[in-house]
Amino acid sequence: MAEYAKFTEEMKKTHTILVPNMLPIHFKLIIRILEAYGYHCELLESESKTVVEEGLKNVHNDTCYPCLLVVGQFMEALKSGKYDPNRTALLITQTGGGCRASNYIHLLRKCVSETFPQVPVVSLNFSGLEKDSGFRMTVPITLKCLYGVLYGDMLMTIYNQCRPYELIRGSSEKCLLKWQKKLDTLFKENKFTNTKKIYKEILDDFAKIERSSVPKIKVGIVGEIYVKYSPLANNHLEDFLLSEGCEPVVPLFLEFILYWAVNKLNDASLYDAKTAATPLFKAAYKTIYHKQKEFISAIKKHGVFEAPHDFEHLRKIGQQYIGQGVSMGEGWLIPSEMGALAESGTENIICTQPFGCLPNHIVAKGMSRAVKERYPNANIIAIDYDPGATRVNQENRIKLMLANAKASRK
Amino acid sequence: MKTYTLGIDVGSTTVKTVVCDELGTILHSAYQRHFSKVKETVAAQLESILEKFPDAMLSAAMTGSAGLGLANAAEIPFVQEVHAAFLAVKSCYPQADTVIELGGEDAKIIFLTGGVEQRMNGSCAGGTGAFIDQMATLLGITADELDEASLRAKRTYPIASRCGVFAKSDIQPLLNQGAAREDIAASIYRAVVDQTVAGLAQGREIKGNVLFLGGPLSFQLGLRRAFMDTLGLTEEQAFFPEQAPVFVALGSALYAKESKLSAKSAQELLSMVQNAQAASEVVTGDCLFQSREEYTEFVERHKRHDLQYADLHTCEGDAYLGIDSGSTTTKLVLITEDGKLLYSHYASNEGQPLDKIAEQLKTIYREKNPNLRIRSSAVTGYGEDLIRAGLSVDHGIVETVAHFKAASFFCPDVDFIIDIGGQDIKCFKIKNGAIDSIMLNEACSSGCGSFIQTFAMALGYDIEEFSKMGLFAQHPVELGSRCTVFMNSSVKQAQKDGATVEDISAGLSASIIKNAIYKVIRAKSVEELGKNIVVQGGTFLNDAVLRCFEREIGRHVIRPAVSGLMGAFGAALYAKEKAQESPSLLIAPSELQNFSYTSKNIRCGGCTANCLLNVIRFSDGGKFISGNRCEKGAGITKPSEVPDLYSYKYDSLFRIVSEQPKNPRATVGIPMVLSFYEQLPFWYTLFNELGFAVEISGESDRKVYFKGQHTIPSDTVCYPAKIAHGHIETLLEKGVDFIFWPCMSYNIEEPDTDNHFNCPVVAYYPELMKANHKELNNDNFVYPYMDLNRPKNVINVMKRTLAKYNVGGKIPAAVDAAYKSLDEFRRNMADKAQEVIRQARMEGRKIIVLAGRPYHLDKEINHGIHKLLTSLGLAVVTEESVSALGSMPELRVLNQWTYHSRLYRAAEYVSTQPDMQLVQLVSFGCGIDAITTDEVRSILESRGKLYTQLKIDEINNLGAAKIRLRSLLAAMGGKE
Repeated sequence: MAEYAKFTEEMKKTHTILVPNMLPIHFKLIIRILEAYGYHCELLESESKTVVEEGLKNVHNDTCYPCLLVVGQFMEALKSGKYDPNRTALLITQTGGGCRASNYIHLLRKCVSETFPQVPVVSLNFSGLEKDSGFRMTVPITLKCLYGVLYGDMLMTIYNQCRPYELIRGSSEKCLLKWQKKLDTLFKENKFTNTKKIYKEILDDFAKIERSSVPKIKVGIVGEIYVKYSPLANNHLEDFLLSEGCEPVVPLFLEFILYWAVNKLNDASLYDAKTAATPLFKAAYKTIYHKQKEFISAIKKHGVFEAPHDFEHLRKIGQQYIGQGVSMGEGWLIPSEMGALAESGTENIICTQPFGCLPNHIVAKGMSRAVKERYPNANIIAIDYDPGATRVNQENRIKLMLANAKASRK
Repeated sequence: MKTYTLGIDVGSTTVKTVVCDELGTILHSAYQRHFSKVKETVAAQLESILEKFPDAMLSAAMTGSAGLGLANAAEIPFVQEVHAAFLAVKSCYPQADTVIELGGEDAKIIFLTGGVEQRMNGSCAGGTGAFIDQMATLLGITADELDEASLRAKRTYPIASRCGVFAKSDIQPLLNQGAAREDIAASIYRAVVDQTVAGLAQGREIKGNVLFLGGPLSFQLGLRRAFMDTLGLTEEQAFFPEQAPVFVALGSALYAKESKLSAKSAQELLSMVQNAQAASEVVTGDCLFQSREEYTEFVERHKRHDLQYADLHTCEGDAYLGIDSGSTTTKLVLITEDGKLLYSHYASNEGQPLDKIAEQLKTIYREKNPNLRIRSSAVTGYGEDLIRAGLSVDHGIVETVAHFKAASFFCPDVDFIIDIGGQDIKCFKIKNGAIDSIMLNEACSSGCGSFIQTFAMALGYDIEEFSKMGLFAQHPVELGSRCTVFMNSSVKQAQKDGATVEDISAGLSASIIKNAIYKVIRAKSVEELGKNIVVQGGTFLNDAVLRCFEREIGRHVIRPAVSGLMGAFGAALYAKEKAQESPSLLIAPSELQNFSYTSKNIRCGGCTANCLLNVIRFSDGGKFISGNRCEKGAGITKPSEVPDLYSYKYDSLFRIVSEQPKNPRATVGIPMVLSFYEQLPFWYTLFNELGFAVEISGESDRKVYFKGQHTIPSDTVCYPAKIAHGHIETLLEKGVDFIFWPCMSYNIEEPDTDNHFNCPVVAYYPELMKANHKELNNDNFVYPYMDLNRPKNVINVMKRTLAKYNVGGKIPAAVDAAYKSLDEFRRNMADKAQEVIRQARMEGRKIIVLAGRPYHLDKEINHGIHKLLTSLGLAVVTEESVSALGSMPELRVLNQWTYHSRLYRAAEYVSTQPDMQLVQLVSFGCGIDAITTDEVRSILESRGKLYTQLKIDEINNLGAAKIRLRSLLAAMGGKE
């Protein structure tokens, strides 16, 4: 592999690290955590048309949309003059695996190095890739980030359950902002480990919001990880659903992490490929899974909001449709989530995917018939996102799904 | 005061309104094209309703793909159009089982019985009214004429149905080969039907009583017939309601009734529509020209690049004829010895290039000075072979070379040429006086000339008028740079948001340029393009397009005034170069008077491919055969002797399954798809050793594809995956005991790589097959996960998989034999590759590494490109037979897929061999090749080699491939 600018220890002091905003709630927490460890980070939130233009210019146009947007966002930022290229680094998550997504970082480096050779691209991963970087995910940082994900998931889940029903406009958002601030402080002061107490406080606070009791149509959102969460990529899908009088149901980000951890174990047993690291993954998986159980029981115990599905249960559901060996992209997680949503009464499901996403041929479009066979009322629609797809087209298709949903509710 | 219901349906091209009484009886209906003036048209229809029912109260709802924005802005309730149709059907045709609706740009299907399901086409699918219009334009007739013609058809041709652009590339060669228009018309309808069945029904059977809706289906009888034939419907089962055009509007009126929407007076509704202010989401760019003066200066500057003219009637001496028989247009020039233009012609070929050119020749012969002698002639373009054969043109020349010659005439030190024609974009870089690299548009991104034309017509303008409108547009809209289908919806959105026709015209010009620069050339900076740029092709005659190009690249370019004729001009220059002492062979005036031809179709029968040949017989007794993929079809009986590893490997692979055990334990079915093109030796040996009979699904052809089409859930997956569905059908028909197709995240490891994955499709397609084919179950479809790099894992998995056959003890030895057999097969191919290379070198032939994936060996997938190569005298080897000879070059991407890592090494190897070039085969829709193609290109180009990429799909048209390969040949010659 060709040589690129590296992120050195010293750069911690001098450089601003730019981060693409995949999950608006979670990433805000996580960059504050990184900040506490001396990394100066900034979330990129630009949605200008230059983002897509830069993306089209810099990567092969048949590359998936998330890659195009992330690269576009970075290039726009670097060219904007807002950042000194000699004091700026880029951070991108790297998952590894047989999907094209593993190549994002390389494609990004390829085009960044042509215009800004001095700008290092940092990999954020938990698989021990890129060991020579000055950016280190040490055990304490990783652990803290995990808590960041947990609280992020809690805020996202409960916020989504409040916002459609709030009687005073903006009250849910106010509560969310309050907690984002509060969590920043808790992380800074290292007082974040008492999840039971903090979960309860969050739940109590949101429960205080005045809400209507008229039920709304629930719409689950599954799909490719970036398009599913990022409003930039999915044309503000959650807002659109809200404006249509629906309640968006978005599965936890933690599920994706558990999915990755469990894939390591699945591969080891499918391919008789156990290594010295396998027990470590097992331990890690158990720990994180335990955290999810705590998360769920906190919501259940509190009794006001609906708790998300349990990951082991999700795995069982998935196996009715697809083998757990399907580990590229979001793999078996997508049909599992579709099944779990349908099972728990969220029968309307939007599967968001970048146009031409390879794993999604198999796991999304390829599996929706199987899910529908089991849940005849499941109302699943796959929506493609890419620079050429227009909002009108996407929204029209979603409206068709909603018309079906409304008709079947009668 | 009466209370009625009102339904307003705003479609992509028309506005429909319906007024009903309480019983649902239609009191009034209207149907009108809106030419993108949505608001005005709706208002006009409301006015006539107001006139007719001045006192009525109307409970109204709006529907339609273009109605959403207006409905929101006017605060009229909106109902999704498929749902509206559903309501109308339930009320008027309760006996219907399925509804098929084709609209201007949408296709929809509603299943009513056995679980209600409503579907509409995704964002990438043609096969709609707009598609039919486009195809009619291509044939130079109206949609009505197309319909009429289709009823007289004798046969149909297979035409890709997925998207208009694909269909075009299937139809074009048919036209150029002189196929009957009636037959093409019927084939177009057939394609629309196939698209509906495959793309929308996606595995769900269309049966029972079918109701057909939408404009095209109510006006076009041929289309109706095509649907009924394909679906096997009787007259009693097919319903074509009289009120079909306004049916959805009726549904929307029913929705208003059902939802008890509050009633308003027509006057009130009218003012709600008139006062509607659409929230604009349109992004606009800068004006093309700030002032008239700026435009004049621009025009003057480009006027400098003009030819000199001479008079055909008076000029004497030698003249040279150049013909460019393009895909949609015919171009012809006659020049003098010193390059003066005597005569030129540029017009649509209306699908009959031969007749058009003969006509022009007659004109020239009639008009020219008797002392003017045509000394030599040359032809280029898609129709080259046909025209040469028919009119005895002296020389043929590759399009790219013709364009280069013409460009050099205007700019001797030209280093970059971009040509945007009706159907193609061609760009080439010139280095050291030769074509260095060529970029052509892929079948999917034809944002070319005919594209603006289609839009112009759809909006009710003629192309010249339309493009001029853009010059002084105040707010050109940004429309993106994707293919036509996407562009349609961008335009729709812009219209909805109030963009004017002027703004859209300017926006379309800009998007053509962006498409060319960012999708075709993929330029990162202007410097990359070169210093001396010549732009040409009919599309650049459009000043708005030219202006956009200059602005996008930030520099002035040369546009010859004969921009649209450059291919023909280049051919004429070539004719001059090649002129001999002997007189030209060009058809003489006397022969031309009696010139005629007949065309008929026959099956070749020379081999199993059974190519459909089109034989044209000329009045002088000569004939021209097309549609053939090899020399056999062209009437040359002696098979080619050019060494070719593709054919050798293919034959060897299909010979592997030979011996079968006497009393087999069971019969295993193996689909000849994807990874089996490499692993068949492994699995045949393994099962054979264990006493199983092995039955393979057999060779692919288009019929196999059609057989499995109805179980394909994702219509954008690659063709090699889609065709697998047909192979599974074949195996089920053959009645094997079980079909075996393992899932494999990992492929066999290659040296010096980061990892060795399969692509997601190859890795997990069996999962998809199982989930989408009703007849497959856990007994007859076996798809275990395993890793071939771990023999122990293979043994364990196979023990579990075959547990019920009690062969556990024999498995280790069988697996061992399987590995040996695979190794042997691969070694054999590598050895044979050396033989091919040796033989080629002895014979002084150039060698092409035709690099793709193992399954590109499938002749239905590669469409016989290797035979095309050998017919050009080039020897062919596969990428994996030589990749071991190369070393892994330094890459800028993650090298983690087995098949792709072979490409990199094969490319490196090619770059060390002076007499080799690499041609990369890419299946349309292959996402991973978005990464590999750039890498392979950079490996080759950084080492002084040419990069040629051929995108392949279900389209059976080698026209574009031929141009690329001939250009490659020309460039190879130029490099020496």
